[in-house]
Amino acid sequence: MSRETAVSLAFLALLLALPFAAQALDEPFYITLATRMAILALAATGLNIALGLGGLVSFGHAAFFGIGGYAAGILATHAFNNEPLLLGLPGTNQMIVMWIVGAAVAGLVALAIGLISLRTSGVYFIMITLAFAQMIYYFAISWPAYGGEDGLSIYVRNAFPGVNTLKPMSFFLICYALLLAALALFWRLRDSRFGAALQAGRQNPVRLAAVGIAPFRIRLVAFVASGMVTAVAGALFADLNRFVSPSMLSWHMSGELIVLIILGGVGRLAGAVAGAMLYVLFEFVLGGMTEHWQLFLGLILLAVVLFARGGLIGLLAGRPRHG
Amino acid sequence: MKTILSAGLLGLSVAFAGTAVAEPVKIGMITTLSGGGAGLGIDARDGFMLAIEQAGNDEIEVVIEDDARKPELAVQIADKMVQSDKVDLMTGIIWSNLAMAVVPSVTAQDIIYLSVNAGPSALAGAGCSPNYFNVAYQNDNFHEAMGKAANEEFKKTFIMAPNYPAGQDSLTGFKRFYEGDLAGEVYTKLGQTDYAAEIAQIRASGADSVFIFLPGGMGIAFTKQYAQSGVDLPLLGPAFSFSQDVLPAIGDAALGVKNTASWAPDLDNEANKAFVAAFQEAYDRLPSVYAAQAYDTANLILSAAGKASVEDKEAFRAALKEADFESVRGNFRFNTNNHPIQDFYVREVVKVDGTLTNSIVGTAFTDHEDAYASECNM
Amino acid sequence: MSLALFIEQLLNGLQFGVMLFLMAAGLTLIFGVMGLINLAHGSLFMVGAFACASVAAATGSFWLGLAASLAAAAAAGAVIEILVIRRLYDRDHLDQVLATFALILIFSEGTRWVFGSFPLYLDIPALLSGAVHLPGGAQYPVYRLAVIGVGILVAVGLYLLIGRTRLGMRIRAGESDREMIGALGVDIRTLYTLVFALGAALAGLAGAMVGALQSVQVGMGEPVLILAFVVIVIGGIGSIKGALVGSILVGVTDTLGRFLLPAAFGLVMEPSAAAGVGAALASMLIYVVMALILAVRPQGLFSAHA
Repeated sequence: MSRETAVSLAFLALLLALPFAAQALDEPFYITLATRMAILALAATGLNIALGLGGLVSFGHAAFFGIGGYAAGILATHAFNNEPLLLGLPGTNQMIVMWIVGAAVAGLVALAIGLISLRTSGVYFIMITLAFAQMIYYFAISWPAYGGEDGLSIYVRNAFPGVNTLKPMSFFLICYALLLAALALFWRLRDSRFGAALQAGRQNPVRLAAVGIAPFRIRLVAFVASGMVTAVAGALFADLNRFVSPSMLSWHMSGELIVLIILGGVGRLAGAVAGAMLYVLFEFVLGGMTEHWQLFLGLILLAVVLFARGGLIGLLAGRPRHG
Repeated sequence: MKTILSAGLLGLSVAFAGTAVAEPVKIGMITTLSGGGAGLGIDARDGFMLAIEQAGNDEIEVVIEDDARKPELAVQIADKMVQSDKVDLMTGIIWSNLAMAVVPSVTAQDIIYLSVNAGPSALAGAGCSPNYFNVAYQNDNFHEAMGKAANEEFKKTFIMAPNYPAGQDSLTGFKRFYEGDLAGEVYTKLGQTDYAAEIAQIRASGADSVFIFLPGGMGIAFTKQYAQSGVDLPLLGPAFSFSQDVLPAIGDAALGVKNTASWAPDLDNEANKAFVAAFQEAYDRLPSVYAAQAYDTANLILSAAGKASVEDKEAFRAALKEADFESVRGNFRFNTNNHPIQDFYVREVVKVDGTLTNSIVGTAFTDHEDAYASECNM
Repeated sequence: MSLALFIEQLLNGLQFGVMLFLMAAGLTLIFGVMGLINLAHGSLFMVGAFACASVAAATGSFWLGLAASLAAAAAAGAVIEILVIRRLYDRDHLDQVLATFALILIFSEGTRWVFGSFPLYLDIPALLSGAVHLPGGAQYPVYRLAVIGVGILVAVGLYLLIGRTRLGMRIRAGESDREMIGALGVDIRTLYTLVFALGAALAGLAGAMVGALQSVQVGMGEPVLILAFVVIVIGGIGSIKGALVGSILVGVTDTLGRFLLPAAFGLVMEPSAAAGVGAALASMLIYVVMALILAVRPQGLFSAHA
């Protein structure tokens, strides 16, 4: 077992152990905190497919996160009020349906955004993804049907067959299982021919084109997959908070997702997990100490970028085997 | 940020006799202390803590945390306060969108929530709850008051608000009581800071007055630009754009603006005189309407805690509903939906001893209730 | 709609564009010369506004405040360049985005720590207050005309600086071949600090001028920053000319959109709904324009690195 695998497994075990410890100590709030970590890790794992493997610095992934959240919120509202949604189709309170709908809508949006933005590269790509996310953000704020800036409350947590989702522990385990599934997908992708072509496209697009592979289509597929995974996380986040609002779509959220990955380690399997755990911990501990906690968060982030390249995983497991 | 204050330990001079409390009460306050709009949260916190300190009772504990105006963070803090701190009551949220995120789930867990500022219509009507008490106002109220007051002088008003739910509610509220014609109705982008295009439309519209609802920095920007534009139509608005927290930043451009609220620093009653003097003494600035509402909220809690044990939710709710406290707003009682029935005043921005402040020039409504109470079944 | 109103709105669009240009010029210059993407540019805008407001409050003179804003923003720019930015030139854009994102948090919270949470007071100088009559009967604020004037002066100044001076020659050389000008004995570290400070000073100037019109508060730089990025992406990153054209395009599109779209929907809908729908579309309009332009020209209108 390589050192990185060991470190990754250790982080996953730690995340799994946290809520059980909380339950034993009768501190249910820490289960909520662990669930938040798992969901943000899932969202960042999605982004890591585009960013870590494909080198596509998307500064607009909050759009997919928010679309997932709104898919859950809108379906739940229609089910709660017993109003048909579209063409007489009913709403639902089944999580699985929400994940599928959220991922499908986000996939379509990612396809449209990707078709335009993947024609650009570098800073242009960063900025055009940001611009698309802003477009969706302003739409959500001013569209009155689903609450606009006030957001949308989900009054009862949605259901999962055979599980009592109202129990914090059960909900955590659902999120954790999805995180594992996304990590498995990331791992399979990275070591597949598709992943190899994607990573080659990041390092040397000209050579890739020379062997007859068009980087555009590969990147587009990666971008869409990345958006879909992040959307599932968004749906879970809405269920965790029992609430969805445009702030899930804001550019700060996009920035936070990037921060998670860099904190943990770009392109590393458990990078998003380590990053999310560290970030939520910072937010919680610093926020409890001073109202100026964002200043210290900024200083820590700066230190990580300047002095701890490779993030937490890089620090613990050394340089990656993969380029 | 977390400050656990046992009020009695602060050892401040106790101006009022310490209120007897049946059981220890733990209050969770989530409010905005950092980022944009932090001034409102700081005023609310200071007003609230002033009343707690005056009561001088060490059985009352307040846990204060900063939501940075982020709904997700507010939800997380609420979960922590309920699950970990085990608070009895919650309060403090300034913004409607944060209130919508926190209040329904908190009240569903049988925690009593008292609003110091936000009053979204969803929580006043069909979504009302026995555990939700709004001590401030229903969101439409200030705008309704201005619509009513505008009838006295104006026939053709130009109205404007940002394009988000509170903005749409604002213009709806104004129109509910305004009888004149509209010279124009404009929605701006939330957070917009340049209003040249809108001012040009106002100039061309033939209006006889302008009503704006632009809270925070938006109102500061608009009022300054409006003063320079050469358009000299009377400016009207709810108190949010002309409250004590923003007046110093607007400067003399705000002089003479009429605005409506349920309170003003010179409102003539004993409780208010004592409050304004004590607030200035403690914090060296004039209180805003947010501070006044939070001060009332704390005194309401104290009055109920003196009558009933917080362990007995039913009795405690009944004690709150009596609203048996000296409000700095004078007349104050609760409607069937636990929202206030109170008076609304027209205020004018004036300069007193070199400080800009609001002074009452008229009354818009007496014993006004909100438009959603009939939709509330509880 | 009268012609006078339309002309006034065009002027408003121009003034908004000029203000954006002051921000975008610095951003695009820094990107063009150092290849750095600086999210903290909005913080320098805020530094300028706060410096101007506090000096104006202390001395009573807006003009001293304006000078202070230039000095404070340039100094802040030079300091962060030496302490932080300098280490990022060889990094990829991802590290630059993150480090400057961190700088935003530090600047915003630091400013709030020093100045408190309430907005500051800053008014325009008496010399420039009031409005003048335009031909056609409209009135227009003198201060906004002055902003347009300053913007034009800065554009001309930058053109002369880059095209006609020795410093400009080095900047242009630095854009095309970094190693070569180092080899020719130009102190490239000082040059970079200078360029960064120049960009920062322009942002500070914009902050001070806009602060007098708007609200001087923490976070005021962020909406402007995003618009400035839209501008330089439309114009072509690294191109001053592109920044100018992009600024005017965005300024005029946004202003006319806010004004014409609700009116257009008013022809087919009832006024209240039209105002809402029109405003919603207007707030998305510049992003739509940006997407369209990049769909046709992925490197922007005038790319320096085409």
